[in-house]
Amino acid sequence: MSDRIFGTFGLLLAGFYAWATLQIEESFLSDAVGPKAFPLIIASILALSSLAIILRPDEEPEWPALGRLAEIGAAIVVMILYAEFLPEIGFVIATALAATYLTWRLGTAPLQSVVVGAGTSLGIYTVFHLVLGLSLAKGPLGF
Amino acid sequence: MDTLSSLADGFLIALTWQNLLLALLGCFLGTVMGALPGLGPSNGVAILIPLAFTLGLGATPSLILLTSVYYGAMYGGRISSILLNIPGDEPAMMTCLDGYPMAQNGRAGEALSLSGIASFVGAFLATWGLVLLAPQLVKIALLFGPAEYFALFALAFATLGGVSSSNQAKSAFAAMLGLGLAMIGVDTQTGVPRLTFGEVHLYDGIDFLVAIVGLFALSEVFIFLEHRHGSAEADTRKVVIGRLTPAPGVLKACTPTMLRTSALGFVAGVLPGAGASLGSFISYSMEKRLVDRENTFGTGDPRGVTAPEAGNNAAAGGALVPMLSLGVPGSGTTAVLLAVLLSLNITPGPLLFANNPDVVWGLIAALFIANIMLLAMNIPMVGLFTRVLMVPPRILMPIVAMVSFVGIYGISGSSFDLLVMIGFGVAGWVLRKLDVPLVPIILGTLLGNTMENNLRRAVTISNGDWWTLVDSPLSITLWVIAFVGFILPLFVGRVIRARMHARRDEEGAISD
Repeated sequence: MSDRIFGTFGLLLAGFYAWATLQIEESFLSDAVGPKAFPLIIASILALSSLAIILRPDEEPEWPALGRLAEIGAAIVVMILYAEFLPEIGFVIATALAATYLTWRLGTAPLQSVVVGAGTSLGIYTVFHLVLGLSLAKGPLGF
Repeated sequence: MDTLSSLADGFLIALTWQNLLLALLGCFLGTVMGALPGLGPSNGVAILIPLAFTLGLGATPSLILLTSVYYGAMYGGRISSILLNIPGDEPAMMTCLDGYPMAQNGRAGEALSLSGIASFVGAFLATWGLVLLAPQLVKIALLFGPAEYFALFALAFATLGGVSSSNQAKSAFAAMLGLGLAMIGVDTQTGVPRLTFGEVHLYDGIDFLVAIVGLFALSEVFIFLEHRHGSAEADTRKVVIGRLTPAPGVLKACTPTMLRTSALGFVAGVLPGAGASLGSFISYSMEKRLVDRENTFGTGDPRGVTAPEAGNNAAAGGALVPMLSLGVPGSGTTAVLLAVLLSLNITPGPLLFANNPDVVWGLIAALFIANIMLLAMNIPMVGLFTRVLMVPPRILMPIVAMVSFVGIYGISGSSFDLLVMIGFGVAGWVLRKLDVPLVPIILGTLLGNTMENNLRRAVTISNGDWWTLVDSPLSITLWVIAFVGFILPLFVGRVIRARMHARRDEEGAISD
């Protein structure tokens, strides 16, 4: 069933891709092939392979239980927040928070997670910023 | 003898303090990454590319660093196979079969040093193979026109799933996904924006480094979150290393095995669609047929440890041949190395040997040096690496995630790229659940624009005649191989895959 849904999604994607390709405005100066031909070839092979996936699906993969799925969802949200707030609050704080969360969710005791998270953040900051001179996001506190 | 003098020049380039230090660092990091379950050569190299890039290293030093990581990871994979019965990466899968029983018999140290020597022999011979074969392949590649290149790329995609692929439709799907992503951005030939939907960030196209780090490294974090096997299997078991030096008799018994499997592994590495996993698999099977008279394979036979290790390291070297001389990688990690070259503005292929001989030969010399370093590092320091295995994934995986973010942010400094990377991480997780290979996606994003340019150049040269694509005997041959390579796994793929995985579940790693 998963493969059937996946294949249907692939077909829709191929359709959308072909539609988006046809929206490309060609310039008056173009080579013999033009900017549309290759994307259209891609879209058609995408559609064909999606059809094949629908017609001959593999065995059902083992999807995680709802709880685990929520776990992954929460991790994604944390990462998105991290990406958004990184320039705002600076590298060290943002990274310590995100690393603490991930460490905790992977099964470390809460207090230990805070220590590990802070350690990870400071370790990366030391190695990459202080030693190697990589420019990391600066927050209002300057680090 | 041209080759030898070029090689000598290469050594002159590689033998600077900076390069030696980078090689040492790369070997160390690579061994650690290979040893840690969940981090293999491809995601190990993937995390480090943005870093090498942002540190402003030149082309040769970055390549030296990253290929040392690549070779190191191939060495490191064996450590957890032998000690924990968990392959550190997929090519090390076969090493579990005899390595773990040896460790249980109290011969862990012997198994580690033997496999270290086997890795050295395999990699050393394969690097010589690279020296001798690559320039010959370059001569053929110089005959290629745009139409032939287009066919060659098609061949690479058709065979990338490999003979062990179980579902070619999914390989094709993945390849098209990658090519489709590469099309995003301003068209190089006519200057019109394509598939950008007005988003300015997309005008430059999607940075393939973002895609690689997301797909390879971040998806691994999600896999670990899903299973929550964050508490390492390692921390409960007491590992007894035992004596480190193998008895001379054992070494002697293993020598023919090492030589045979090195040759076999090298060939498997050069051929498209085989790669290191298959190299170690066929090496093990061949040796089992050839020398296993008393049925000791699988119960801790030293030859069963040396065969897959020599095989997979030789295949790793062999896989560099098509990557360097044709610009078409045959495995996951070489695809990642191709990304390194491309982001350094170096186009691999026949012209690389003519235009940047310093890069090529410096790299090859560095491989020899890295190899010797790895041998020296891996036998006496093996105790140190086994201690690294005690770091549980619940601490390691967040570090992987954070280093990925640092690397990508270091390149562009934009949150948008981080969001795209998270998107790729999630997509990578879903695709891995659905058994869709990730390597074709990467290769697609890397090669998409070159492939299209070759197509358009070929057709433009022939005034719009598309038949030019199958006009020369060379291109027809390439198309035929591509076709056969795509069709063949439909018949034999399931059988080979079933055999490879008969004794082991797939754990963690993505591909070689």
